[in-house]
Parts: sequence; structure tokens; C-alpha cells
Amino acid sequence: MLMISPRMASGMQEKQYTPSLLNFFVYNPTFGQKEGEEEKKILFYHPSDVEKNEKIRNVGLCEAIVQFTRTFCPTKPAKSLHTQKNRQFFFEPEDNFWIVMVVRNPMIEKPNKDGKPPTVEYQEEEIIDTVYGAVVKQCYSMYKLFNGTFGRQMEAGGVELLIQKLEKFFYRYLQTLHLQSCDLLDVFGGISFFPLDKMTYLKIQSFVNRVEESLSLIKYTAFLYNDQLIWSGLEQDDMRILYKYLTTSLFPRHSEPELAGRDSPLRPEVAGNLLHYGRFLTGPTNLKDPEAKFRFPKIFVSTEDGYEELHLIVYKAMSAAACFMISASVELTRDFCEQLDGLVGPQLTLLASDICEQFTVNRRISGPEKEPQFKFIYFNHMNLAEKSTIHMRKTASVCLTSVHPDLMKILGDINCDFARVDEDEEIIVKAMTDYWVVGKKSDQRELYVILNQKNANLIEVNEEVKRLCATQFNNIFFLD
Amino acid sequence: RNKTTSGREHDVNNVFFDEANKQVFAVRSGGATGVVVKGPDDKSSVAFRMDDRGEVKCIKFSIGNKILAVQRTLKSVDFINFIPDYPHTEFTQECKTKNASVLGFCWTSWNELVFITDQGIEFYQVLPDKRSLKQLKSQSINVNWYQFCPETAVLLLSTTVQGNVLQPFAFKSGTMSKMSKFEIELPVVPKPAKLSLSERDIAMATIYGQMFVMYLKHHSRTNSPTAEVVLYHLPREGVCKKTHVLKLNTTGKFALNIVDNLVVVHHQSSQTSLIFDIKLKEPDCAVNTHQPVLPARSIHPYRIPLADSSSWSVFQPDIIISASEGYLWYLQVKLPPTVNLLQDKGKLMDFLLRRRECKMVILSVCSQILQGGEKGRLPIVATVFDKLNQVYKEYLEAEQSYTAAVESGPSRGSAAPKRPVRTQAVVDQSDMYTHVLSPFTERKGVSHKFIIAVLMEYIRSLNQFQITVQHFLYELVIKTLVQHGRFYMLHQFLQYHVLSDSKPLACLLLSLESTYAPAHQLSLDMLKRLSTANDEIVEVLLSKQQVLGALRFIRSVGGHDNVSSRKFLDAARQTGDQMLFYTVFRSFQQRNQRLRGSPGFNPGEHCEEHVVHFKQLFGDQALIKPSTV
Repeated sequence: MLMISPRMASGMQEKQYTPSLLNFFVYNPTFGQKEGEEEKKILFYHPSDVEKNEKIRNVGLCEAIVQFTRTFCPTKPAKSLHTQKNRQFFFEPEDNFWIVMVVRNPMIEKPNKDGKPPTVEYQEEEIIDTVYGAVVKQCYSMYKLFNGTFGRQMEAGGVELLIQKLEKFFYRYLQTLHLQSCDLLDVFGGISFFPLDKMTYLKIQSFVNRVEESLSLIKYTAFLYNDQLIWSGLEQDDMRILYKYLTTSLFPRHSEPELAGRDSPLRPEVAGNLLHYGRFLTGPTNLKDPEAKFRFPKIFVSTEDGYEELHLIVYKAMSAAACFMISASVELTRDFCEQLDGLVGPQLTLLASDICEQFTVNRRISGPEKEPQFKFIYFNHMNLAEKSTIHMRKTASVCLTSVHPDLMKILGDINCDFARVDEDEEIIVKAMTDYWVVGKKSDQRELYVILNQKNANLIEVNEEVKRLCATQFNNIFFLD
Repeated sequence: RNKTTSGREHDVNNVFFDEANKQVFAVRSGGATGVVVKGPDDKSSVAFRMDDRGEVKCIKFSIGNKILAVQRTLKSVDFINFIPDYPHTEFTQECKTKNASVLGFCWTSWNELVFITDQGIEFYQVLPDKRSLKQLKSQSINVNWYQFCPETAVLLLSTTVQGNVLQPFAFKSGTMSKMSKFEIELPVVPKPAKLSLSERDIAMATIYGQMFVMYLKHHSRTNSPTAEVVLYHLPREGVCKKTHVLKLNTTGKFALNIVDNLVVVHHQSSQTSLIFDIKLKEPDCAVNTHQPVLPARSIHPYRIPLADSSSWSVFQPDIIISASEGYLWYLQVKLPPTVNLLQDKGKLMDFLLRRRECKMVILSVCSQILQGGEKGRLPIVATVFDKLNQVYKEYLEAEQSYTAAVESGPSRGSAAPKRPVRTQAVVDQSDMYTHVLSPFTERKGVSHKFIIAVLMEYIRSLNQFQITVQHFLYELVIKTLVQHGRFYMLHQFLQYHVLSDSKPLACLLLSLESTYAPAHQLSLDMLKRLSTANDEIVEVLLSKQQVLGALRFIRSVGGHDNVSSRKFLDAARQTGDQMLFYTVFRSFQQRNQRLRGSPGFNPGEHCEEHVVHFKQLFGDQALIKPSTV
């Protein structure tokens, strides 16, 4: 992706290139150990049009690096390799299965006079290991959500099936990776929770319980509003990745048909059903269609003793979305879907308008939304709750931030510092651009604040952050 | 007189019943008249003799058994003092209206009574010492028959030729007031006009604190095919209005009772009774038309088998007498069987909540709903909880305003506040916990999902009525979640403050830390929000060896000057971190300096060993020396 840098050099434009994906491959060094059969180690390789020998070479190199570095620390294998032009990330999610992602470093192209080729300057320090390390892990988690573990596929259909599944999944998934906009939030992989009063929350509980009781096939339910989580019947780690899928992939693909015009092709079903606004985001788009297929995506979630496969039904009414998960061993019928639609549709529509009302009332009480003077990111490792006033609403393609990438980089660096020690810490940085960046870590919580106060001194900045904590986080135990 | 009933058993000549005092009089005549009186609560009966001066038509004690009144002729009533030390000889009062015959009399207090004649009523005060009566008031009006409701002291007179215009009078300590008259709609208007409303078809009763005149309207060929009971609401002031129609759906001979604010209609030929609750709204009927709450059922016998009911006499509100067998029964409603007779649980709750002895039945209904495996129970559970909490909330509010009124002291002009009565319908959280929820969570074979759903539904209902949820319910929720390893659920509940903050809850969370690490954070957050638990926060942090954190925290809340230095020094020393000990020690020395102008510790602080330890580690020089002025 090309970004025009604000920096201008003597009338001639510099071109700045953001980090981009060079390679992504999955291999297992225990396969194809015979000479000449090295290709068998490779289970997936992106881009696919790379010449076979180069693939083998690259995989072999990674294998060698991992093997070599293992001698220094057998328990902690190498995570990344820094080179001038790119950076490689290694991840072994399952025994002997390796995922490698190669990211090209961001670079600046400076044009030269006299028709000489431009000078390329690689910014090899701009990339943060933890951010892209987290991206690789996320890739695997997402794969696992929809396919289960590599090992499971090996058992089910051997290496052929695994290759097929990897190909099918990553071919599309890698296109949705936007490496240039990865940042601290990818490290956290947090969940944004919808703020709600107790009574409305209890109503949602009541709704979920009733649906699960009357449609006893449903094993788990998750409830979201405005792309923010309210309730999860799934365990935390599964919800984390499902949430990621819903908010970055599924929801953005289904923009609100309620908002679309009456004649828009987006609202075929709503027109026919005046009782409620409920509709399936997965599975059949139109229940009344006699040809409709009742197939839902399948996901894998953890259980006490391994994994279980579930149908994922995502049903939405206005801004409220309910995910119902049903054991994949059950075949879902038209009958069931109609029953669900009839039961959930009206209730969910009602709840959605209740929540909306409650939300606007709360907003009115707290006054017109003040543009916060602070930009901050908050994350709690315990419940994965994240809150950011830096990031704009996520869209399908990019995640927009309202601050300069340099500042985001500082945040990432502070985070790395925090990760190194267990103690509570506080780091205050004065950035080049007159911004102050403050990182605080208290128990399992992290808070990053960016202050735009040019002439402030350290003490004033400290006071300012204290004030922020007192107003925004007064209901949690956050050490000053 | 319908107030009496006669039987011919042994040598008993006549049996009378007085509805006001609920006394049965057995009158034996022959020579002197022997009378035996027995009330339902009396352990022993009263027996006395009177001169035989003719057949007794009506006999009743005044309230409190002070004066006995006996009617033997159509013209007069005789009185006997039963007050000790008063002359015991009879005295007589003739009715004052000429040519009138006395239909009967009713006591309205211990010494006031009213004569009802065919030409009007005469209100008297008895002067027992003077053995005479003083007329207080009278009213002339043609009377066919009368009814008296002792509970409300209201007398109802049937007037006009057809008898269907009823004129009520109210009595109260020496006064008699005429209420507005009203007309009972007859099913057929006879021509020529004749007495068409029988006193047997009219009864007076108090239902839900309101006075009603009940009219048993028999079926007529032209009008309704089946009989019904029509209720006329009789307010103290204002116009009497027809308000309720109870559909009997059958024909025949009927009798009415009122039990626990229910209208019970006995049907003779089928030997069954129907129960009506005028507060139960029928959704599919016109307003104020009621169907029986339950299917018709026979009266359950009490101790003796029920024989022929044709000889029974029924008295208001809830008395049945079999003169021939010599029994007087109080009719009661047995609630437990209703549980299975009324399928609609919401309606059942409405019905039960209005009954006197309802608590245990209600609780058993709750338990029953939670049993059974059929689907769609949660909405029913929710409805039932909401109905219970509605009543519970009303009581709490009444209690609250009572407390407020008592605290604000007596205000001029207004009466002293009355403490609200806690009826059995008030089912509070501990009732639910003890009898329903706790046993339910312990029952085997119930899915934890359903248990949690029910508990959350109860909490939701309490919240909806803004009732503060008590700790033991939260404890039950947490216990259940922990038992099934649903920590993430618990976490989410706490995140949305579904389980309200309290010190006990925070402590409970702390105890969970070993099984669920985030409980520690949740607990600290809760203590922080309580803002009255700073000491506890310090203890928690110190126990985690977060000595600096504890110190910073206590400073941030302004409690630094008052904390025990020894506690912090103990904790700092325990960590084995010498620099930490140094820092904490110096910090307290500085505090001492600031507070007392000297860095030394007071003997009361018991820090001597720490001072020695500090000196050992860092030497004498490291101590802050008292500044020399």
C-alpha cells in the first residue's frame, strides 16, 4: 500500500511504503525428510506462484534458523528474525507444525536527480515483534476456529485434507490481513464490551435463557450490540477469536439493510416480515425461498476434553446480534430455522430497541458527547476488555487510527517493556512531535494515554493522567 | 325468621342462631324455659332459665353477652340484664308504631338495638339500670323483610310491593343513617305486581373490604338459561351499583357463603360448590362477568361424614349449620388442591396471593414449577416471580413510608401512622431462598444452565421492582457457578454489576482466587467502589506483598497518617527485599517527622524490632536523626 508521506524533500516527493506481506507458509519438518522430497514439508505457501525450489529454500532456511537457535534455548524457540529488508515470524502452534510469516519492512524511496534509480531506505526498526507475532497467532486461531487443529485434519483425512483445508482457508484470509494497520490492539486481541445498565443486562440474560430453554438444541449463545459484546456463553478464549471474526469479517460484510433504502436489494426479507427485523447473517438469506439451504458455518470451540464442532447461527435484528451455537452432529432443518426466526425475531427486535433507548438516555444524562481531550487505549488481561479512543470504528478493509503511526509505535514499545516485568509500572515518554505518551500498568490492566500538551512538564502530565483515571476508571482498582 | 332454625331433637324445642355473636341457642320449653347458649369459641356453654311466657320467636344477646333480648309476641321484645349486679328481672318494650308487627330485631352495640316492623324501624338504647329503653330514632317505611350485616352494622330493608327496592340503613354508636336505596333487577316483572324478591335470594357480605349485596338470580325461561349471582356494590356513601355477575352455568337450589374473600356458591342437587374471586379478571369475558375459578368440587368433610345437606342452613359469611345433626361448621378454603386444578400458573398466583393462608402453598407452587421437565418454563417462572415481587415490593414500600412517618414524628391533624400488616402473601427473599431456591439448586439431575437461569430470573425480577437483592442470593449464584466451573459467566455478571457490590461479596471473591485468578482483581475493584473498604484493600495488597502498592494506595486516599506503621514494616520485612524495607522505613520516618516533628516511632507503634533491623542492615547513620532546632 502506498502512503504519501507528509514529509517533503526539496520539492521532490518521497514515497513511503508501509509494511506488507511477502510470504506466508506452513510446514512440518517431519514430513518429506528424504532427500529430494523436501517439497512434502510444505503444507501451504503464499504466494503460490513462487517457484518450487525457492519455496523449498525459504522453508529450509526457516527450519535451519529454528533448529540452530534452539540450541541456545530449547524451551523458547526463536520467534522472529530481523533482516534489513524484511522480518520473519515463526510460530509453532502444534507439535512440528510451523507457521512463518515474512513481512517486508516499511521503506522510504527517495528519488534521485539525473535519472538515477531512487534510493531505498528500509526502516527496519519500525516493525514491532509483538504486534506481528500476535498477527501470526491470530491467523492460526482463526484457522482453528473454522477447521479445528492441524492434527485433527491429519487424523481425519491425512496430509491431503490438511493441505486442502489450509489452501481453502488462507487463500481468502490472507487477503484480509492489513499489515499496515496492525498495532497494539492486535497484541491485546481484546473484546469491546457494550456499556449497559443492570436492568437491561438482566433482560438480555432472561432472553438468552429463554431461547436456550425452548430451543434446547442451542448449546451456547453470545449476544452483541453495536459490534460490542454483552454476553458470551462461550469460554473466553473462544469468544475472543469468534469476536474477532464477527467484528472484522462477518458484520462489516452485512451492512445494515434496515438503513438501506426501501427499494434496496439489501432488504428483501424485511419487506415481507413486518413483525420484526430479525434476519440470519449466516445460513439462509431468505427463509421463504423454497430453494433455501440451511447450511451454517461450522466452528470449533474448546471443551474440557478437546474440541467440539458447532453450527454457528448469527441472527441479527437492528443493532443487536445473537450467535447461537448448536452441535454440528445435529442437522439443521427449515423447521428449526423457522422456529428460531419466529421465537427470536420479535424478542430480539424489542430488545434492540430497548437497548438503543437505554443507550441514548444514558448518553443524554452524561451530556453531549465531549470530544475527549485524551486519546487512550485501555486493556484488561483478565476479561480481555479493551477500550480505545484512538481507533475509529473498524471497517471491513482497514482499521483507522486517529494518531500518527510514530505514536502508535511508542505505544507498542511501552507494551513490550511492560511485558518484560511482572511489577506494576508507569512509563512516561515525550515524543518527538511534542506529544506525551504515558503507559500505566496496574495488576492486569494496561492504560496508554496520548496527551497533546506541548508545554506541559512531567508533573503536569502525571497530574493529567491521574485526573483521567479518576474520571474514566473510578470504578476499578487502578493504582496511581 | 331466617335467623333461626328449628330442630326437633330429643327434648329441644327450638334452635336459634345469631349471626352477630355466632351463638347457637337451644330453647327448651315446658314450665320454665331452659336456654343453652354456645358460641364457636366458647369452651363451655351458658345455661339459664326464663319464665315461660309464650313461644320464643327470636332470641339474641347484645354484643358481649350483656343483655339478652327475646321476642315472644308480634308487638314487643323482652329484655334480661346479664350484667352482674344489675337487676335480673325481665322488662319489656312494645313497638311504638300503632298496628305494626315486629318482624325482628338486631343488636347494633352492647346496649343499642333496632326493631324492624312491617311499617318501619325503631332504634333504641337499652338502659339496663333503669330497666327501660329510650328511643333514639325511628323511620317509617313499608317493610317486606329485612337483612342485617353485623360486621358492618348495615340493615337492608325490602320495600315496595315487588320487594325489589332495597333500602339500607347504617348504624353507628347512637346514630342511624339512611343510605341511598337501590333496585334489584328482576328477571321477570310479574303482573299484577306481587312480592317477587325473596329474602332467601339476598345476602350481604364484605368482600375485599367492600360491602356487597349478593342477589341469587334464578334462571328464567326468557332470559338467561342458567342462574347467576349478581353483586351490588354498596358504598357507605354514594350510589349502589351492580358491579359483578358470577356465572353459575347451571340451575337449581343454591346457597352462598363468603370465605377468604371468595364467593362460594353451593349447588344442592349436585352437592358441589363453586368458587368465585371477583378480583380475577376474565380475559375472554365482558368486564365484571366471572366464571368459577375452579371446577365444581364437593365440600371436604371435617371429622364426620357429611350426611344429607338438604337440611343445612347457611349463614353469612362462612357458617353452615345442620340443626338436625347438631353441628355448626365454618367453611374453609383448602388451597393445596387448587394448585392442580388451575392450570394457568399466572392466574393461580393471582388467586393464591389474595388468600389468607397462602404462603406455603405459593412456595410449593414455585417448587413445583421448577420441577418437571417440560419446555417453556422460564416465561412462567418469570411471571410467577414478578407477581410475588409486586406484592413484596408494595409491602416494603408501605413499611418504608411507615418508618419515615414514625421518624418524622407525629404531625398535627393526621392520625398516627399505622404499621402495615404483613400478610402471608408477602413472600420475601429468605422465604424463596429457604423453601424454593436453595433446595432447587441442590436437587440432582437439574442442569446447571437451568438453575442459573432461574436464579438470574429471580434477580431480574427483584431488580425490576427495585428491591435490594440480599447477599445470600448472590452467594447461591456464585456457589452454583463455581460448582460447575462457570467462572467466565461469573466474571461477566460481575462486570455488569448484576451481583451488587458489598464487602461480604468481595471477601467471597477473594476466597475464590486460588481457583480463579481474576477473582482477585474483581474483588479489589469491588472494594474500591465501596469506598468504605480502604483498610481491606490495604490488607489484600499487603497479603500479596505489594507493600509499595499498599502504601501508594493509602496515600492516594489520604489515610497515610493513620495507618499502622508496624503492619507495613512487617510486610516489607517479610518480602526479604532490603531496598523495599528501607523505602518503607524511611517513608514512615518522614511521616513521623511531619506529624510529630520527630522521625522516631512512638512506643505504642511497636516498631522497636524494625528499628533494630534497620540499623543492622543500613547502620545508625542511615536513620533520619531528629533535627536540632
